[in-house]
Amino acid sequence: MIAFQDVHKAFDGHVVLDGFTLDVQDRETIVIIGYSGTGKSVALKHVVGLLQPDAGDVIVDGRAVSTLERAALLALRREIGFVFQFAALFDSMSVFDNLALGLRRRQLSDDEIAARVQEALALVDLTGAEAQYPAELSGGMRKRVGIARAIALRPRYLLYDEPTTGLDPVTAAVIDQLMVRTREHLGVTGVVVTHDMRSAYTVGDRIAMLYEGKVRQVGTVAEIQATQDPVVRQFIEGRPT
Amino acid sequence: MIEQVGRRTVAAIKAVGRFGHFVEDLARAVPDVSVWGPLTLAQMRRVGVDSLPVALFIAAFTGVVLALQASYTFTGTVPLYFVGTLVGKTMMLELGPVLAGLALAGRVGASMAAELGTMKVTEQVDALETLAYDPQSFLVLPRVLAGTTMFPVIVALAIVTGITTGWIASLVLLDLSTQEFLKGLKLFYRFKDTWFGLFKSATFGFTITLVACVVGLGTRGGAEGVGRSTTQAVVYSAVLLLVLDAFWALVLLR
Repeated sequence: MIAFQDVHKAFDGHVVLDGFTLDVQDRETIVIIGYSGTGKSVALKHVVGLLQPDAGDVIVDGRAVSTLERAALLALRREIGFVFQFAALFDSMSVFDNLALGLRRRQLSDDEIAARVQEALALVDLTGAEAQYPAELSGGMRKRVGIARAIALRPRYLLYDEPTTGLDPVTAAVIDQLMVRTREHLGVTGVVVTHDMRSAYTVGDRIAMLYEGKVRQVGTVAEIQATQDPVVRQFIEGRPT
Repeated sequence: MIEQVGRRTVAAIKAVGRFGHFVEDLARAVPDVSVWGPLTLAQMRRVGVDSLPVALFIAAFTGVVLALQASYTFTGTVPLYFVGTLVGKTMMLELGPVLAGLALAGRVGASMAAELGTMKVTEQVDALETLAYDPQSFLVLPRVLAGTTMFPVIVALAIVTGITTGWIASLVLLDLSTQEFLKGLKLFYRFKDTWFGLFKSATFGFTITLVACVVGLGTRGGAEGVGRSTTQAVVYSAVLLLVLDAFWALVLLR
């Protein structure tokens, strides 16, 4: 279970998270929605200790992330897969090495690593792309490689940062299906950050809206769709005012 | 005015603090040999291959110019075989390490800062962390170790090249014999001349690569930030290299 407990974070005096509190139950996928720049990605990065909270903490299976020693933090990160907004593939490495890098950290044999890479690439429909380099891939393919890199680790948690941003509707739908398939196949707990409502409705068990540094509303997809909260309503309908 | 000075002072203190943290993290990554070991060999190859042509090119012409300038200065007053002394001493103690170091600050320092800066702004460094790698052991230690070990090798080759071209220039242009050149070369030679230059170049290699890593990993703000970091890495490395050069002369040559 992941619990954001009263997380506060500011950058150069600009408050981004202002008491962000949210529980993510095991095996559910929760989608965090909100306007651009409201701190969704910032919240996500606190889970893996890429950012430290000014106050409050993120608790992962009883471990307060900000208090972990370096070795414990690295151990925690082995349980979490992170899919970055722009994939963050290592551009000097082939697709195979991008996927294998995290696996090599887990002391697996070369055969096991190769098998896991094949399995993950098959899951994202990219079998045969092992030798290609990130620069040779389309945006959608890069995102899929990013997802494959995360799921190859067989993590307990998968964190997606804007997985469909910048993609055409068809490719975005493919990524959505992939996230659903990944959840069904691996049974992982997921946190998805997005402002793409179609994606949120497709992949989420619950949806939480982050607004002015706090959770404005959290509920099932049906509850969010039926919300009477004017701020949430405006956002999910995409109305300018 | 006072506010501006205050702000800059605070920023400078913060930068020193960040550097302290960086070095502390670097020391903590040392036991992670299984990560940085294999990568260091790759970086050594890269530093060597990248740097050798430019270092040798500079050294070759420096050797020729030194021989000609020495002969111009000595004419009629000092025996010409002192050309060998001046070429050897100057290449070993100063121009070999410093000129190669400055050239490498531009070549290696800029390349490392740009590479790490790009990795930083495209979240590749964050991705590395989420894969349970410490960027210090994966990115920084291999580069710093490669710089520290390869710079003396490159400088040694540069010194040999400079002395060789100085000798050839003396033979061809100054009508000096090989025996006379070697006599001059050996005249005031001390073993310290060799280790001083090589030790100094190791500290240059350490400084240039460390600065490049600190600046590169501190990059913010996209392509413009990468450009800024690249320039900063070269400028800071060059300035620190000259300060270090004076420092070692003061400490070791007095």
